Amino acid sequence: MKAIEGRAWVFGDNINTDAMAPGLYFKSSMDEMARHCLETVDPHFARDVRPGDVIVAGRNFGVGSAREQAAMALTHLGVAAVLAVSFGRIFYRNALNFGLPALTFPNAATVRAGDVLRVQPVAGRIENVRTAAVFAVPGIPAHLMAMVEAGGLMPWLKVRLAKDTV
Amino acid sequence: MPLPYTLTQKILARAAGRPHVSPGEIVTCRVDLALLLDSGGPRRIWPRLKELGVGVWDPDRIVLCSDHFTPAVDAESAAILQLTREFARHFGIQRFFDMRGIGHVLLAEQGLLAPGMFAVGGDSHSSMGGAFGCFMAGFGAIEMTGVVVTGEIWIQVPETLRVNWSGRFARGVVAKDIALFLCRTLGMENGASVLEYGGETVRNMSIWERMVLTNMAAELGAETGLVEADEVTLAALRTAGRVPAADALDWRSDPDASYSAIHDFSATDLPPQIAAPDSPANSGPVGAYDTVRIDQAYIGACVGAKLSDLRMVAEVLKNRSVARGTRLLVAPASTQAMTEAAADGTLATITAAGAYILPTGCGACAALGAGVLAENEVCISSTNRNFRGRMGANSAQVYLASPYTVAASAVAGRVADPRELLT
Ligand code: SF4
Repeated sequence: MKAIEGRAWVFGDNINTDAMAPGLYFKSSMDEMARHCLETVDPHFARDVRPGDVIVAGRNFGVGSAREQAAMALTHLGVAAVLAVSFGRIFYRNALNFGLPALTFPNAATVRAGDVLRVQPVAGRIENVRTAAVFAVPGIPAHLMAMVEAGGLMPWLKVRLAKDTV
Repeated sequence: MPLPYTLTQKILARAAGRPHVSPGEIVTCRVDLALLLDSGGPRRIWPRLKELGVGVWDPDRIVLCSDHFTPAVDAESAAILQLTREFARHFGIQRFFDMRGIGHVLLAEQGLLAPGMFAVGGDSHSSMGGAFGCFMAGFGAIEMTGVVVTGEIWIQVPETLRVNWSGRFARGVVAKDIALFLCRTLGMENGASVLEYGGETVRNMSIWERMVLTNMAAELGAETGLVEADEVTLAALRTAGRVPAADALDWRSDPDASYSAIHDFSATDLPPQIAAPDSPANSGPVGAYDTVRIDQAYIGACVGAKLSDLRMVAEVLKNRSVARGTRLLVAPASTQAMTEAAADGTLATITAAGAYILPTGCGACAALGAGVLAENEVCISSTNRNFRGRMGANSAQVYLASPYTVAASAVAGRVADPRELLT
């Protein structure tokens, strides 16, 4: 898996999945839904986020519903990784299932909005270019590594089905 | 003789085909039952099955319910419901409930869950099923695609956190008040844990009230919630026309099982609880908010519009009416609840008080159906989430409370303590 380098968007604790994928846009296209991603938290996020940027958040990022559109809206906008002190359990699984690296990052509070971070999801290494600080964090769990490296659950299922091991 | 185990360990060991499992271990479990809903079900899974060129692993282990987009209100929702019907037909899913109610409630009404079962659902409130002494947890549609293809899912064996309640509730205080109290007290981040509810207060609850506790294990951020099987569980299965298995009551934690923590609470002095915007954890005794004026009172959702909830509403509304300037909307959780409420007079009491009856389904709970809120409106709701924008406009404010408290507030036109009306 490639190393990631991108600008940090910094969020607080308990960012919920309704905020990432509002119910009002459930019947809309992903383009439309992604335009409203996180608008209740930061109205400029969806407009200004650039492909390759990373999200840095506090505790319990992705608390709430099972809606996979929350993780999909982030990947749709080009978010390359989510680094949070902790994650809501379904969001965490959804993110990895879409090949979006989600890493627990206890030192999230050291990052300022706009800092450029270099992230190695497999090794579990986060570097803040501004401060030159380097953090060792838990990488992708071993039992999910092959799935995430394949690009997520769908590519992984294709590999498994081709081998007829399902 | 094996070590003592929690109920969760016993179920996961059985589903994983292992003699025993320990917290932290990653296991692959065979799925006994998978609940798919119209929201994250066929419309998201079918295109992926086509892409993979495969079908479903076992149509008889799938339960499919249309509830989030019912009834259709525009061409998009109509198309979603149509596709859900086609999926059921195409794959021969017999247990398809089309516009019959909210899936989590239907599982209970139909007696489709049983103690010891390992079940999954494509919705976070799938935890509700744990009231039947089974392990049932929620997952995203992408992961449910994997389940539908393989019949398996990985689980990291969670710790079990025991939550005991003792004592009797004051009149007008119910399971929902416990759930809101716990959101504040235990917080919304209990990941890697199963919440096992027990104690005298829980044993004395109906299956429907226990389901409120397990439903809101989702708000507590737990892997899931459950209640050990007992006579109440078996009676609920018999009412649904099922014959409980001979070993049903064996699905309990061993007496000296090891819990990550044990919490003991008393229900005796618990006042009705209310969660202020914008989080279920922002809760406290209802009295602190009694000056808050209400535009809309909403009785709805899997957690808050079952027959037991409608009866609470009717108890409060009997010989009373909804305040001028406030509207009370009621969306029964299932057609069965609606039928029984019509038969026993509950519904007549509610409509005579001036309530407006909405279609059965998820409705305004997640801003998908009738009853959504305008900018700056204030709503008190028997649902389970009040995140910003959850029920409509981003500036709308949602207070969560029990059906008793919602009904009392509808009568007062402001947040009100139901104990004052229930003497
Ligand atoms: S009623 Fe609300 S909480 Fe329950 S399943 Fe429907 S949207 Fe989810």
